[in-house]
Amino acid sequence: MRMQKKRFGGFLAAVALIGMVLGSTGFAHAQAKEVVIGVLYPMTGPSAQIGIDAINIIKVALDIINNGASIDLPLAKSKGLPRLNGAKIRIVAVDTQGKADVGQAEAERLITQEKVVALFGAYQSAVTTTASQVAERMGIPFVNADSSSPALTERGYKWFFRTSPHDIHFSQVMFDFMKDLEKRQNVQLKSVAILNEDTTFGTDSAKAQEELAKKYGYTVAARVPFRSGTTSLDAEVGRMKSANADVFLPSLYTSDAILLTRTMRNLDYNPKLLIAQDAGYTDPKFVTEMGKEAEGAITRAPFALDLAAKKPLIPAIDAMFKKLSGARDMADVSARAFTAFMTLADAINRAGSTDPAAIQKALRETNTPPEQLVMPWTGVKFDEKGQNIGVRAILQQLQGGDYHTVYPFDLAVKNAIYPTPAWSQRK
Amino acid sequence: MFNIPSTEVLIQGIMSGFLMGCLYALIAAGLSLIFGLMEIVNFAHGEFLMLGMYTAFWMYTLFAIDPLFSVPICGAVLFLLGWLVHKGIIRRILGAPMLAQIFATFGLGIFLRAAAQFLWTPDFRQVAHPLVQGPIKIFGISVGLPQLVASGASLAAFAFLYWFITKTETGMALEATAQDRQAASLMGINTERMFTLGWGISSACVGVAGAFLASFFYVFPYVGSLFGLIAYVTVALGGFGSIPGSLVAGIIIGLIEVLGGLLIAPAFKYVAVFLVYLIVVLIRPQGLFGKF
Repeated sequence: MRMQKKRFGGFLAAVALIGMVLGSTGFAHAQAKEVVIGVLYPMTGPSAQIGIDAINIIKVALDIINNGASIDLPLAKSKGLPRLNGAKIRIVAVDTQGKADVGQAEAERLITQEKVVALFGAYQSAVTTTASQVAERMGIPFVNADSSSPALTERGYKWFFRTSPHDIHFSQVMFDFMKDLEKRQNVQLKSVAILNEDTTFGTDSAKAQEELAKKYGYTVAARVPFRSGTTSLDAEVGRMKSANADVFLPSLYTSDAILLTRTMRNLDYNPKLLIAQDAGYTDPKFVTEMGKEAEGAITRAPFALDLAAKKPLIPAIDAMFKKLSGARDMADVSARAFTAFMTLADAINRAGSTDPAAIQKALRETNTPPEQLVMPWTGVKFDEKGQNIGVRAILQQLQGGDYHTVYPFDLAVKNAIYPTPAWSQRK
Repeated sequence: MFNIPSTEVLIQGIMSGFLMGCLYALIAAGLSLIFGLMEIVNFAHGEFLMLGMYTAFWMYTLFAIDPLFSVPICGAVLFLLGWLVHKGIIRRILGAPMLAQIFATFGLGIFLRAAAQFLWTPDFRQVAHPLVQGPIKIFGISVGLPQLVASGASLAAFAFLYWFITKTETGMALEATAQDRQAASLMGINTERMFTLGWGISSACVGVAGAFLASFFYVFPYVGSLFGLIAYVTVALGGFGSIPGSLVAGIIIGLIEVLGGLLIAPAFKYVAVFLVYLIVVLIRPQGLFGKF
């Protein structure tokens, strides 16, 4: 009998605990004057740090919007959203684990259970694809900051908005750079070799690169997809070595980028140029850990800290971010997440309502000038597909352990090093 | 469909496949040992490896001890962990239904992963300047020095393990317990102590492997799952409970992985690994060296 009582007590406690976990977000929702946004990011799994950085920068954005700040941004001047009588924004952040099916299920839960007015996320293109399908079906705006699969804005969706460039923009700038470099250095680059991880991001990036290579007149010596999160990249690097192309174009996430660099060194593979498709190569951790070893690597990037001289907004936001992130600098993904989140907040404010349709309309009418951005873009303005047309991609190169903007030449802080230094000359 | 690499790339591939295979083998050895001893599959084995790698990483970061020298420390720490896991968890579920046994170690794995992320963040970490690093040239072929050292150490560890089990009294008691628990018990062998020892040795093996791996592979809370899957296939291919089987199977898998990737396509390298596994299991269900 005592045993039974004890068990019953334990059961009650468990029910209460589950209730608290499930209900904690629901209670607050009943209060008026609050705008709830669902945020989807990977917070466990190989890309967990990226997701955690994104959540931290969103907290910075929330601080600016909800509490005001002495920063030169329209929403920083008041507490809360002025057109909604000072309503505050609250986020419900969920972990997608970087998995498409989890992203989909969580998107559904956020909309139906948490009653969010908009969705935001989700880093990996594969996850963004499924999560935004849910938003489209349910008529909720989905703002994406950081997924680069071109197909995302080619689906004819009405509720999907992407602030950042996609892989065709990004890859185009690589090929423009190659052409310009050939002229400037008076060399000839003939072939490219593509290595891509095999989810939506890598596959679409490789596809864009292959098409552009043909258009720009380069031969594709190899296009090798591989399984992300592998224990060894020996075979992959062997294939690249066999292909012996002038330019090596990898598209991969952080863990693979670290392993790739080490494997290239071990197998003595050193292409004349390495131009990476962002992701792993711009993860701050990759830069601090592998910055010296990967000397000369070039990556496309939508953001660069060294643009701070031209944009006073960057150091101001970076200082706020550092307080939350444990002294990590704002980087590519966090900067893009900040930009996209402010765009969404601005649209909700202009809509003056939490009605999804009104927010969608306001997003369509977005026209943010470049001064209000931490990005080197000409602004934020969406086309009918939901793609920002103000985007501009830059290329950065690892020189002395840090990234420096090297292209377009008018934004360049340093001259590009060509060819990539031999392994024996690196630290 | 087939890709013919140059001779240099091919030789390089075979060498690096062999080196990686030795390490796969050492990771699998502990798993195999436990299965042979008490027919329990440790689903947290990959996480043990992760903890071994973190031990080496922290020894390096906090006390500036190179992974090469922290090998005994990692072995000892993991030995203790294995000991505790057996005393605290495994011993209690030995008679439990199979599903309970699976979930006990599976749950432990999830717990260890989550705890690692909580304590040490999901960041990728590395031993920045290990004592042995970079490639060396052997007959003009470039191979990673850390991999070379790690595989040499793996082979040494195997030799030691083999000697321990076949030549020492404790080892023979361990083997006897594995063959027939009851008979061993009747012969005056303390089987409970043998089990605890088995768990300790199994974890120590993976701890040693973790220390060597940390000198060239990144460490993060989920690193165990990358190597864990390969370890299970290695054990199944080599034969459950067979230590020499693990060694041969590990090397086979390392080689197939690279050659499959080089000759067919990297995207299919695991297909090749599993195909060979399936063929072996069809012909010899007990694995290459399995007894049962």
